[in-house]
Amino acid sequence: MPALLIKNGRVIDPASGHDAPADLLIQNGLIQAVGRGLSAPAGAGLFDASGLIVAPGFIDMHVHLREPGFEHAETIETGSRAAAAGGFTSICPMPNTSPVNDNATVTSYITEKARRHAVVNVWPIGAITKGSNGEELAEIGSMKDAGAVAISDDGRPVMNARVMRRALEFARSFGMPVINHCEDLHLSAGGDMHEGRESVRLGLRGIPGCSEDVMVARDILLCELTGARYHVAHISSWHSVEMVAFAKSRGLPVTAEATPHHLALADADMRPYDSNYKMKPPLRSPGDVAAVVNGVVSGAIDAIATDHAPHPGSEKMQEFEKCPFGILGLETALGIALEKLVHAGKIPLPKLVALFTIGPARILGIDRGTLSGGAPGDVTIFSTDREWTYDVNKSFSKSRNSPYDAHSFRGGPAATVVNGEIVWRC
Amino acid sequence: MPYRSPAAGLLGIENLTRAEIQTILDRAQHFQPKTGESFPKLDLLKGKMVVNLFFEASTRTRTSFEIAARRLGADAVSITAQASSVSKGESLVDTLNTLSAMRPDAIVMRHAASGAPLFLQRYLETPIINAGDGTHEHPTQALLDARTILDRGAHLEQLKVAIIGDIAHSRVARSNVYLLSRYGASIVLCGPASLLPRELTHIAPGVTLTTDMNEAIRDAGVIMMLRVQLERQHEASFPANEYFQFYGLRLEHLRLAKPEVIVMHPGPINRGREISSEVADSQRSAILNQVENGISVRMAVLERVLLGATNNAGTTH
Repeated sequence: MPALLIKNGRVIDPASGHDAPADLLIQNGLIQAVGRGLSAPAGAGLFDASGLIVAPGFIDMHVHLREPGFEHAETIETGSRAAAAGGFTSICPMPNTSPVNDNATVTSYITEKARRHAVVNVWPIGAITKGSNGEELAEIGSMKDAGAVAISDDGRPVMNARVMRRALEFARSFGMPVINHCEDLHLSAGGDMHEGRESVRLGLRGIPGCSEDVMVARDILLCELTGARYHVAHISSWHSVEMVAFAKSRGLPVTAEATPHHLALADADMRPYDSNYKMKPPLRSPGDVAAVVNGVVSGAIDAIATDHAPHPGSEKMQEFEKCPFGILGLETALGIALEKLVHAGKIPLPKLVALFTIGPARILGIDRGTLSGGAPGDVTIFSTDREWTYDVNKSFSKSRNSPYDAHSFRGGPAATVVNGEIVWRC
Repeated sequence: MPYRSPAAGLLGIENLTRAEIQTILDRAQHFQPKTGESFPKLDLLKGKMVVNLFFEASTRTRTSFEIAARRLGADAVSITAQASSVSKGESLVDTLNTLSAMRPDAIVMRHAASGAPLFLQRYLETPIINAGDGTHEHPTQALLDARTILDRGAHLEQLKVAIIGDIAHSRVARSNVYLLSRYGASIVLCGPASLLPRELTHIAPGVTLTTDMNEAIRDAGVIMMLRVQLERQHEASFPANEYFQFYGLRLEHLRLAKPEVIVMHPGPINRGREISSEVADSQRSAILNQVENGISVRMAVLERVLLGATNNAGTTH
C-alpha cells in the first residue's frame, strides 16, 4: 500500500492534546508521523489539506445497516459508503437485523461481509438477549470472540430489571459495555411522538420523556449494584441527562451518547405528520434539546452517534402512525454538529472532534480515535466553513428518510481515510 | 410531486381566520331551509364531482355531505373503506392517486389516522375536505356547532362554553376550541384527568381545564357533551362504571348554567352514559338542530372549496 501524506492541515487529536498546523504521514496503513514540513516518501500519495481540519477517523457507535434481512433498506456496503461520505471511518451496527445478531455465527457473517464490501471499519454490536426478546441472555462471550465490541437490544429496551442485572454482570466478565435503549414500554405504548403540547395539538399519541427517565434511573442503580460499564443510547430528555451527570459525579462507569437530531430539533420543528421527523426516542421539547446540548458542554454526554436508521420510501410514505421509527444520519451528522455546537459557540472544535473520536473509542475499548504514532491510519479531513446543501436523492444510503433534505450546512467532510486509503473525497 | 397549499381544501379550523370562519357561517345561514320546507335545490355546483371517501364508519357525516353536494347540484359518489381496494392492502397514497386520476373536483375524507388528509394534500392536486381525522380535527363539526349557537341568539364573543367528556381523543373538541377561541369565547374543557391533557391550555387562548363538572357548567351558555370513545382508548384510563356519576349530564346540572343554556352533542349519543335521556330530549337540547345545520354548513364549505373563496363576499386574509 502506498504511503499517504496529508499536508498543511490543522491537525486536531484530542487524545494527545495536539492542535496545530501540521502534516500527517501514513505508511503501511498506520500513522507514521505528525509534524511540520514532512516530506513524502517515494510513491506516496499527497493530499493538500490547506484550510481543512485533519482529525482522527470519526466513529459512529450507533448505526443500523439492515443486513442481514432488510437489504431493501440498506446493506453493509451502502451504509458504509454513506458513513464514508459523512466522514466516518468506523461504524457499529446494532444487532436488530434478521436474524438478530445474537450469536457468533451472525457476528462473523457481518464482519466477513464487511471485510469484503464495506469501505469503512465495521464493529458489530451483539444482542443482550436471544432474539432481543429481553428474556434469555445471548451468547455474549462468543460474540465478543467473533468481533462484537458491545451488547445492546437496541430498538427495544431490556424491560426486565433482573435480566438487565444479569446482563450487566455477565458483560462485566468480558469487559464489554452494555448499551440500553431506554424506554419503558408500558409508558410509551402506542406513542408516535413526544408527549407535550405538539402531540396534543396534532392529535397524535405521546411518548412521555418520563418513559426514558425511569429506565435510565433503574439502569444507573443496576450499574452501581453490578459495577459493570453501562451506556445510554440516544439520550434525549432533560432528566436523563441530569441523572447521567449525577452517576458520573458518583464515579459510576456510566456513559451516554446523543444523536445530532436530538441536539438540533424539537417537536415544534417537525413538519406536521411528516414521518421524516419520526424516530425513537422522539424529538422532544425545546427544553430537552437545550438539556442535551448542555450535557455535551458539561461532559455528561461522551459521544455523538447518529442512530442512522434507513427505511424505504414505501414504509415512510404512509399515515404518520403507521410509519416506522428512524431517520438517516451518517451524511449530515458533522454538518449538524458544527452548526449546533461549534458555530453556535457552545463548544470549541477540539471538543467536537473528541465527541466523534476518542469519546466513542474509549467507551468501546477499540484502538481508534487517535493520531498517535502506530495507530491505524483512520483520518477524517473536514471543513468548518464550506457551504453545501444536502440532497438526499444523492445519498449513498439505499433509503431517503431524512428531515435534512435541501438543508444548507456550513462545514462538512472533505475526505475520509481508512487504514491509510482515501475511501471518499468531496 | 407538486406541493399544494393547504388553503385549497378545508383541512382544519386551526389555520382559518375569524373572517374566513364568519364567511362560511354567513353563507351557511343563506342555505338554511325556510320553516317547514326542505333544503333548497340549487345548481351552483352543476357539473362538479365530489368523492366522499370514508375510511372510518360514519353515517351522519357522510350522508350530510352527500345531501349537501346534491342540493348544490354536484354529483356525489361515496366510497367506504370496506368496499374499496384499501381492504386489499393498497396504500393510502395509491388509493388517493387513483381517485385523483378520475378527476373529482374535491375529495371529502374521513380517516382514523390523525393528519392523514394533511399528509395527502401535500401530494394531491385535488382539494381535500377533512371530514374528521383521527383525534385531530373535525372542522365542519365545529362550523355547524357555531352556526347552531348563533341560531339560538347567543354571541360567541362573551360566551362560556363547557366541553365535557373524552377531550383527549376528541377531534370535535379541538376544532371547537380553535373556532371559539377566534371569537374570544371562554372555553372550559372538563373530563377525568386521564382524558384531559394539561397541554390543551396552550393550544389556543381562552382555554381552561377542570376535572369538576359542576365548575365547568356554572354560568355556561353552551354545554357540549362528547361521547366516550372507547374504540380509541387503548387502556382503561378511568373506571367505566363511575363515568356517568361524575361526567354524565343530568337535568340537575342545568340549574348551574345560564337559564338559556344550550346542550349540544356531536352524536351519536349514548343515553345513560354521557347524557341522560331527560337532557337529550329537553328543550335545552340543540342536538337535532346541529344535524340540520350540518347540511347548510357543508353546502357553504363545498361551495367555498369548489368555486373558490372569491365567490363569497367579504372574505379577507
